[in-house]
Amino acid sequence: MTRLAAALLAAVLTLAAHAEAPRFKIERGEACVAPVAEMRRDHMKMLFHQRDRTLRQGLREPRFSLKGCVDCHASQKTGSVLGKEGFCSSCHQYAAVSIDCFECHSPHPQKRTAARP
Amino acid sequence: MNPDRREFLGWGAAAAAGAALAPGFRLIELAQARSPQEAASKLQRWGLLIDITRCGECDACVTACHEENGVTGHGRPETDAQWIRKVSLRDKRTGYAQTLPLMCQHCEHPPCVDVCPTGASFKRDDGIVLVDKHTCIGCRYCVLACPYGARSFVHEATSGQKPDVPRGKGTVESCTLCVHRVDRGDTPACVEACNKDGGKAMAFGDLNDRDSAIHKRLRAEPSSQIRADLALNTGVRYQGL
Repeated sequence: MTRLAAALLAAVLTLAAHAEAPRFKIERGEACVAPVAEMRRDHMKMLFHQRDRTLRQGLREPRFSLKGCVDCHASQKTGSVLGKEGFCSSCHQYAAVSIDCFECHSPHPQKRTAARP
Repeated sequence: MNPDRREFLGWGAAAAAGAALAPGFRLIELAQARSPQEAASKLQRWGLLIDITRCGECDACVTACHEENGVTGHGRPETDAQWIRKVSLRDKRTGYAQTLPLMCQHCEHPPCVDVCPTGASFKRDDGIVLVDKHTCIGCRYCVLACPYGARSFVHEATSGQKPDVPRGKGTVESCTLCVHRVDRGDTPACVEACNKDGGKAMAFGDLNDRDSAIHKRLRAEPSSQIRADLALNTGVRYQGL
């Protein structure tokens, strides 16, 4: 009986944990700049590498830029990658990894302006 | 030597100098706009020339700068960040008054870079002096070292940053010469505003490019640096000071 109760409790806990897994909708873009598995594992390395190249050398390559991430992944509802269902914050909250990118960087996509002549 | 022969030799020499040694290599590099895949280069040095005889009472440059870079204050002038400001000068004896915009002078030998303990304050290859806020620890040595008072410390949490201009509490910041605009081939916001709404006192360009308008003016007309005695070789030059 005790064993059954324990098994039930474990099942319920597992379900609860699954229910808390981050949920978000990716609203723009056909595919990311790299395969999903690689992005999940290495996105921070790409961003670190790119930030130094952009700032120190002036290389504004769009591929791994944080602005590029935000442009595709910001929620259409809130216009941000932060918040409860935000692309960045939901996962980072789930994984208990605190990021401070958005202390300085804008979590909102760039306003699209008409192409310059 | 007859003129034809001389002309022919001249053309030959010009062709030899201009000819590529190998594809992609030149004896004299041509200065031109960069693509996003091309790093900032030592061949260029960006700078400003400000004719203060045309600088009036307006503050179009200040407004445009703070708008472009998302620099907003909290109504506390002692601690609010300031990337560019209007300075008024008055000759006590004659009463002659002048006003000029003052911002980071983008020195060739920047004292802010010398004193930075983490290497956050740096000069890009094309002469633009910047703060790497990822490594800035907010010690404010650079704020003290700058003879122009050009740097500001961000005392309070910021919001509403522009995607091109990250700003955050606990770091130092200053004029970036609108590096995000320069990298896409535009002029800084202050220069654009001055030429549109102001007295057309400001000009931006490559100080190394002999064909640029700013180089031609600097070559032909008198100009001065603020605190030239410090021998910092500033990238911002003034006329009529």
